[in-house]
This record gives sequence, structure tokens and C-alpha cells, in this order.
Amino acid sequence: MRDVETDAGAPPRPARVALFTSCMADLAAGGPARATVEVLAAMGVTVELPRGQTCCGQPALNSGHPAEAGTLLDRWLRIFAPYDAVVTPSGSCAAYLHHHLGRLRAPAPEHRALVERTYEFSQFVMAYGSGLRLRLRGSVTYHDSCHMARTLGERRTPRQLLGRIEGLEVREMAGCDTCCGFGGTFAAKFPDVSVAMADTKLGTAAAGGADWLVAADPGCLLHLGGRARQAGPPVRTRHLAELVRDALVPAEVPA
Amino acid sequence: MSEHRRDGTRTAGQRSSALAGRERLHPDRPEWAAGDIPPHRRPLPLITRDALTVRTARPTHDRLAALNEERHVGTWTPEVARLREQGAAIRRETLPDLEKYLAQLTGNVERNGGVVHRAATPAEARAVIERIARENGVRLAVKSKSMATEEIHLNAHLTAQGIEVVETDLGEYIVQLADERPSHIVGPALHKSRQDVADLFGQLAGDEVSGEPEDLASFARTRLRADFKAADMGISGVNFAAADTGTLALVTNEGNADMVTSQPRVHVAVMTVEKVIPRFADLGVLIPLLCDAATKQRVSVYQTLLNGPRREGETDGPEQLHLVILDNGRTKALGTPQEEVLACIRCGNCQISCPVYRTVGGGHPYSAVYGGPIGAVLSPLLGERPNQDSDLPFLSSLCGACYDACPVKIPIPDLLVNLRAAHERRQPAARTARAGWRAWALAWRTETGFRATMAGARLAGRLLPDGVLARLPGPGRGWARGRALPPLREAGAFRRWFRRQEESRDRDRRQG
Repeated sequence: MRDVETDAGAPPRPARVALFTSCMADLAAGGPARATVEVLAAMGVTVELPRGQTCCGQPALNSGHPAEAGTLLDRWLRIFAPYDAVVTPSGSCAAYLHHHLGRLRAPAPEHRALVERTYEFSQFVMAYGSGLRLRLRGSVTYHDSCHMARTLGERRTPRQLLGRIEGLEVREMAGCDTCCGFGGTFAAKFPDVSVAMADTKLGTAAAGGADWLVAADPGCLLHLGGRARQAGPPVRTRHLAELVRDALVPAEVPA
Repeated sequence: MSEHRRDGTRTAGQRSSALAGRERLHPDRPEWAAGDIPPHRRPLPLITRDALTVRTARPTHDRLAALNEERHVGTWTPEVARLREQGAAIRRETLPDLEKYLAQLTGNVERNGGVVHRAATPAEARAVIERIARENGVRLAVKSKSMATEEIHLNAHLTAQGIEVVETDLGEYIVQLADERPSHIVGPALHKSRQDVADLFGQLAGDEVSGEPEDLASFARTRLRADFKAADMGISGVNFAAADTGTLALVTNEGNADMVTSQPRVHVAVMTVEKVIPRFADLGVLIPLLCDAATKQRVSVYQTLLNGPRREGETDGPEQLHLVILDNGRTKALGTPQEEVLACIRCGNCQISCPVYRTVGGGHPYSAVYGGPIGAVLSPLLGERPNQDSDLPFLSSLCGACYDACPVKIPIPDLLVNLRAAHERRQPAARTARAGWRAWALAWRTETGFRATMAGARLAGRLLPDGVLARLPGPGRGWARGRALPPLREAGAFRRWFRRQEESRDRDRRQG
């Protein structure tokens, strides 16, 4: 399986790939993690799930508890060290690791290198999944999650991935990179502000008339989907990995 | 009749024409929007919740969102991106040795004929300005926009001493009449619609006032003109103060700063310590940068550069120029990561870009002089009671739009995170939260602990209906306000699925 084609310019496909589920996906939204495994399998990549993984520490740091965040970050670095690549369906966790590693710790070169080979889902698929055939009829609008777009700097890659799905119409909405109001514990500390922000986002998405609102962050989707189900504008939400999994066209087996 | 009133029928003891008829005003505003900050404000989540239901919140949100779209499409042009790098560097140049630059500035201002006063606290600054006013027999003062004077609540103080103070920036004039604080650093009345302003002016005039922008501006101009002539003192802020020449730079679009600093006998300029810049030449970078970030202008309509009071043979300018340099807690931040906040040039761009600020309808719900992201960083540093606004940094989703919008590259989200940590360390009330996070980290340091969390969530999801879950204490309760809970009974389902997959794969391999 290792000899599957790699994209031009991309480094050779990593052999041992670990899935960093993200604690949120583990606890409350398993769909994106499962879809990630399935898409990677279709690419011919076997994913390993390091047993001891829990959380990268982001909720603690953002809530004002850097010591606790550091404890979990150290642990994260230890657990994922043996792998050639780490893939996560959470843009926010990937961004956190990239941005806060140096803020929380004076990182060793091998820690930096580990974070460098940690990919958000769409980054990995775009780097190594050129052989995938994707087809899905319908329309989507893409919500740029904040950490993914601003901290990780990824606005293009997820859109390129959507663009590869035959039959899919991508409708950009106004304020596509405006925060949905999740913000981790912000959502629970200031529920009214957070919900009002979700309604703004969902309202814009609904006005565009797309079938799905797609994002690359389980956190945003939990918040937006939860709001839509409860009382917000009727919008269906989907994680990018789930959408791509739905779009997988089985590879033709050569005779 | 109405013409007569518009020119201002003055009551006894009143000199201002702009404020004539003020007794007819009935400001309609929530208490947290007031000019004076209530000393013990209500908890922040309650204020922000109420703010969402204020009549002006939604229209303000829409206005600010439209402004944001307009300004941030395409973000920085290559030309401004270059200025941004230069500006960011210039604004940090003074910080390692601020006192040296302040001394140089002081020397040059004095050489130019000005008088420099240092004030460590708002009380000291107020006392200095009051003394200057008394010594000069001041009864009416005109002001051009200044956040530093908002910070020290100068208007209320001088008014209480029997000195009338009139704001001459149109937005500031509006919020003064409405008895509010500015809701935005650059656009103090951004939360008011044209009709709101027309209503306010109408009350003041005791007659109907048209809502056409030209008519509103003309109404204010007519009333303010008389005050510029009659005022004994002009009070201004300072956008930048060049250390090498002692030049005070002011940037406006209405020209009111020119009037304030040239017509009255006495000019008092109030600046905060960090406004000093190394060189006069730096204005060539900073003024266009400020104008682009604040209003997407290449340069503002007026740039007022002041080099001391009126000299022999000059036709205008004040007889005295006083520069009050206010610290108010800022120098405490020097040498810490928080000193970055002192690079701020008060463009207000972070506020417009902030979805939280927009959603709560602007600055008032922050319950501090400076609202929005920069206010959340700056406010806890300030004041005679530092840390009184230390919960403000939590009022952010850490989306990072403020950093992208900042013309001098202040890493506001990182500073907010630092301040949250400081708050959690210091607040006795946060002890429970601290213990909770410690227990959380301890549990999730082991796989067993994490599994226990998943099992607990699963159990709760199975046994308790959502209605009960929503009422349990903890973050779930806040979450349940307005959002459906995730299906907790499925907690950990992914791991189980993955292990089953793995087992069947192994089985296949063994059999194959």
C-alpha cells in the first residue's frame, strides 16, 4: 500500500499515521473522527488510534489555566511522538498545537517537528489524497472556523477539497469567516451572546439556501447544530470529513 | 422662534450655546451606558445578556458588520501592509526605555514654550487640569475628542467645579447630550442611528430637527461655533507626541481640534504615557496607518501639529499650552508580555472586526471606558482600582479577528489568554474553578480517567432526560441555554467503533 501515488511536490506519504480524535469528538461528536478514518482508509492509509490520548489542553489554557494545559500538552507530545504523521478532524486543536506549543513550553526540536507533521483533516487529504474520486450532488456553504482560518492560516485547502467533489455546488456566504460564537468555554460563560452569534451565522447560511453548512471543526458544529436543532434558523450542519466520506466513490478494482 | 432656539437660548449662569436647552433632554439609556462607571457593576454575563435586548443592539450590530465587510475585504493593501510592519516596529521602539523618550519629549515641549505635567493617577490629572482652569478663571471649556479624558472622567469633574465642558467632535457631542460614554474609540456614537440623533437634537432645540446628515451636522456646527469663540480653555487629546521635536499631533476629520487648540486662551492637551513616538518623521508612517485602520482613509481631513503656544507675531494659537502626561497603571505593564497593549494607536479597528463587540451592540456592555478587544486588554491595567475589570478578557471567543485587524500587530488573543490566567490566579472566587480544572487535568492525565469521564457522560445521558441535564450545575447549564445538548449516551462510541474495526481487520489478516 505504501507505493500509492503521492501528489507532486508533497513529501512521501507517511507510513505510520495516528488519529488525534480531539476530546470533543471522543465525548460528544464521534462522526467526524470516524469519517476521517474512513476517508484515510479509502486513500490507502491505515490509521492508528493511540490509546492513551485524551486532550491537547486547549480548554484549560483558554480558560486561564496554563499549568493544567501544559500537563496535558506534555502528555500529548509523548503519546504522538512515535508517529510519522498525526491527523485530526479538529482545525482548532491543530491550530492550538501549532500556535501555543511555543507559548506554553520551550519546545525541544523534536516537539516542533512533531507539531509540524500534525495535519488538520483537509490538509492531509489534499497532500496525499489525489487518487480519491469524490462525487456528491447538492450544495454546501463553508464556515471558516476561526482557529483554522486565522491561526492555522487554512482558508484555501478545505475549499480546494470541496472543489474536488464532483456535482457539489459551493456557495460562499457573507461573513464566512465570522466567528460562530462557540469559543470553547465562552459558549457556556456567555450563552446569550454565544447563541446570538450562532443565530447570525445560521441566518446567513439559511439565506444562502445551501443544503448543508460545512465546517472543519467539531466544536463549531456542535454549537451551530445544537442551536439549529433547539430554536435557531433551520440549517443542517456537516463536518467536512463526513461530507467527503459521503462523497467517496469506490475505487474500481483492476481486473 | 425655532431659529432663535437653535442659536441657543442660554439660561442664567450658562455660557455654552451648544448645551443650551439641555434641561429638556431625557436620556434613555441603560445604566451601564452612563458616563460614569458604576463602582460595583453587575456581573458581566448579566450586563451582556441585557445588552442584547437594548433597542439599539441589533441595528448597531448590522451597521458594524457592514462596516467590517467594507473595511476588511481584501485586508491590507501591499502599501499599507508595509506601513503596518514599520508602524508596529515604531510603536515598540519606545517601550524598553519609555522614560527616556518622555524626558526628551518634556524637554522639547518646554523649549517650545509649553508646560508639562505628569500625573500618575486620574485624580492627579483632574487636579492639575482643575488648577490650570482656576488659575485662568475658566468658565467654559471646549474639548476635542480624547479617550484619555474619558478615562479620568474629566467632564463630570469639571462640571462639578462649575466649569462648563462642551464636546466638539460630533460623535462626542451626541454622546455627551445623551449622557453616555463613547461606544467606540473612533466613532463614539456608532450605536445611534440618524433618527436617534435627530430626536436628541430635537429635544435639545425644543423643536423638530431634520434627520438629514447635512442638517444634523449644520445644527451642531451652528451651536458649537459660538462656543469656540466664547471658550476660555481648549482641552484635547494627543494622537502622537514626537519626542525629538516636542510636536503634538492630532488627527480629525471635522477640524474641531484646530479650533479647540487655537481659539481659547489656554490649551490643555492630555496624553497617556505610551503616546510618545521617537521622531517627528514617524508621523509619516503612523498617521496614514491610523487613518487607514480607523476609517479606510489615506489620510484624515485635518492633521493638527502643535509646536507650543502662540509666539510673538503669530496670529493664532493659545497663550498657554499645557501637556498633561497620564500614567494610570500603564507603566506597570512594561517589561511584561502585556506591554504590547501600549503599542495601540486607538484606531478602533479591532472593535469593528470583533463579532462579540458587534453582537452586544458596541462598547457599553463592557462597562468600561474602552470597549471591545483592546478594551478587554487595556481596562484591567487601568485605574485606581486595578484589576476591577479583570473578567473582561473572558468576553471574547478568541476568534482572532482583532489581531488580523490591528494595524500595529498587537497579539490581542494571546494577551486575553494571559489575562484570563492572571484573573484565575488572583480571584478568590475562582478557587472552585481552579480546583475543578486541576481535578480535570489530573483525571485526563490517564487513559482510565478519560474513560471514566466518557462512561460518566454516557451514564448521565442514559439516565437523565435533557431537561435535568440542562439544570445541573457546571458548564452544561450555560450550554443548555439555547442549544440542544449533544447525545451524551453515545459518548465514546467512536473508540468502540474503532476497536471493532481494528479487531475485524486483524481477523481478516489472520484468515487471509
